[in-house]
Amino acid sequence: MSDTHAHSVAFVRETMLPQQPPPVTEAGVVKWMRENLFKGWFNTLLTVVSLYFIFKIVTGAYPWFANGIWNTSSLAECRDMLDGMTGACFSVLTERWNQLLFGFTYPRDAYWRPTLAFVLLIVAIAPVLYPKAPRNLLYFTAVYPFLAYWLIWGGTLLIPLMVLVGLVAGYFAFKQFERQSFAMGMIAGLVSAVVVIWAGSIVPASMPNVMAIEAVQSRDIGGFMLNMILGTVCVSLSLPLGIMLALGRQSSMPIIKWICIIFIEFIRGVPLITLLFVANVVLAYFFPPGSNIDLVLRVIIMITMFSSAYIAEVIRGGLAALPRGQYEAANSLGLDYAQSMRLIILPQALKISIPGIVNVAVGLFKDTTLVSVISMFDLVGMIRGPILASTEWNGVYWELWGFAVFVFFIVCFSISKYSQWLERQLATDHR
Amino acid sequence: MAETANAPMAISDEVAIQIQSMNKWFGSFHVLRDIDLTVYRGERIVIAGPSGSGKSTLIRCINALEEHQKGSITVDGTLLSSDIKNIDTIRSEVGMVFQHFNLFPHLTILENCTLAPIWVRKTPKREAEETAMHFLEKVKIPEQANKYPGQLSGGQQQRVAIARSLCMKPRIMLFDEPTSALDPEMIKEVLDTMVSLAEDGMTMICVTHEMGFARQVAHRVIFMDAGQIVEQNEPEEFFNNPQNERTKLFLSQILGH
Ligand SMILES: Nc1ncnc2c1ncn2[C@@H]1O[C@H](COP(=O)(O)OP(=O)(O)O)[C@@H](O)[C@H]1O
Ligand SMILES: [Mg+2]
Repeated sequence: MSDTHAHSVAFVRETMLPQQPPPVTEAGVVKWMRENLFKGWFNTLLTVVSLYFIFKIVTGAYPWFANGIWNTSSLAECRDMLDGMTGACFSVLTERWNQLLFGFTYPRDAYWRPTLAFVLLIVAIAPVLYPKAPRNLLYFTAVYPFLAYWLIWGGTLLIPLMVLVGLVAGYFAFKQFERQSFAMGMIAGLVSAVVVIWAGSIVPASMPNVMAIEAVQSRDIGGFMLNMILGTVCVSLSLPLGIMLALGRQSSMPIIKWICIIFIEFIRGVPLITLLFVANVVLAYFFPPGSNIDLVLRVIIMITMFSSAYIAEVIRGGLAALPRGQYEAANSLGLDYAQSMRLIILPQALKISIPGIVNVAVGLFKDTTLVSVISMFDLVGMIRGPILASTEWNGVYWELWGFAVFVFFIVCFSISKYSQWLERQLATDHR
Repeated sequence: MAETANAPMAISDEVAIQIQSMNKWFGSFHVLRDIDLTVYRGERIVIAGPSGSGKSTLIRCINALEEHQKGSITVDGTLLSSDIKNIDTIRSEVGMVFQHFNLFPHLTILENCTLAPIWVRKTPKREAEETAMHFLEKVKIPEQANKYPGQLSGGQQQRVAIARSLCMKPRIMLFDEPTSALDPEMIKEVLDTMVSLAEDGMTMICVTHEMGFARQVAHRVIFMDAGQIVEQNEPEEFFNNPQNERTKLFLSQILGH
């Protein structure tokens, strides 16, 4: 190195630079628009074309909504009132409101029961969905399914009570035998639950009028209520079933592993609609003769099996994404299989799987409309059948289907928003 | 055995781990060959050797993270068999620290430390938290107790991992290259923690290439190559006067520069 440059190459900092705010460039709406809407001629063209279409749609649809008629009792009357103007006949929604919600044979004076069940549903799922909700509510959540069943189907309260007692007995048996091994606990729990329910079933049978409200047959349940029932029941059943299938598929016991693999692969290879037809006609053969398992239950079983297979695959992906070190750390601390799954592996795997699980749940909820094909009158079945076929409302497609779209969109969009919120809540990895 | 006769006072005659002609295969690959090793209570052993020589596999066999196929391993008088009860007993007596920490990212530091005592030892939560804070103080990070592992530096995470193991009050600690995933400036803080553990008289088996640490705390250094114990000796002798050609080569490689 030459002498002349020596002192300019060496450098010693004498004062450290303080932190400064980032430079303030042009900001605000104008900048945003220039960057996002009018960047280059192609971008500008797209913006203009899109604006034109939005304008067309809004101006076309606005009179239809604004002139909408809400209080006539038939399509003809509505057309009369519109007198040639563009306008929607929303009166089909107001006039058939109860049918859209509850189906057309659910007893009118019992509408308050499913409505109450729906309100209570919100209370019951709050502690499950929001970690900050009071923990004591979980007791109510545990009781809710039995209460809701009683409210919707009616009959004697003793039936759901007996089932509840049976499950509680099963739980205690499980607790008792879990100390020996998890499998023993499961078997003992299942056996005692079945025995108690079976033996206890004489109680409601002998006193069918104790604490009884008007009974409703499954075939009388319809409308959006049916979609809600199928959606909530099947999602809440298929999640635990899916977890068990996913764990079973990883099991070191070949029999369990193969049962799970065959189940999952079989279900995934079959369209749901065929399973529903099977539920409609064939499944009855699997139950003891004369037991006459009702159609809603059969459909619940089929949809649950269907979505649990998909959920199992989603969770398997989550399990596979966990580093082996997590299993090893759990094992090296002496946690047993059930503990390490419950405390270490599943919380992380489920968190990874949330988007996938929600995807399945949303799909499941929309698929509940498929039951209209096996002549059940859910929201879609009601619209397609009794309402559009009636002489009063023959031909009001846009309003009815628009309503169905709106209702399903609201529910599914909320579910997906919720899942995004949950993901943010659970983000602890600070990557 | 010769080495125990010369060993410092801290070592007792009580056998902590006894491994007798143990063999292990991965498929047809003979990864551990005829391992014989007796570890006394209070003894500190450093295992060194080239990558792939079976060091990790050996210590993972001790707490049954890997299964051995021949020979026997006895830990604290309990023979390792495939019986699950047996394995869980041994695992709760033997703490393990991993190269990549393996903290549970969804739990806070405190929860990481209290989880196993609460669920395995059935310790009441309050008591488990007190113990956890005690050990977090020992590894000098009590103030991080309510953070998540992802918010800590590598060195801090490894110290938490050590504290987490200690919370189970293990009688033996296994370390698998605890500092080799760390940036150089963090290695010291972890080694210091391990030295202070050694001063408390913990029985330790430590796979590491930190030869300064080996000189400072080890009673015995074991050199492994190709799945076998090639040489073992007290640290002074081992470093100053290695006998086997492979040992000499290895030492010249890691100490050479
Ligand atoms: N789970 C495994 N399956 C097959 N081979 C393995 C497995 N784990 C380690 N090995 C092999 O066993 C040998 C010893 O591995 P390891 O004990 O990790 O060595 P070290 O810790 O000394 O670097 C290596 O050749 C490695 O590839
Ligand atoms: Mg290794």
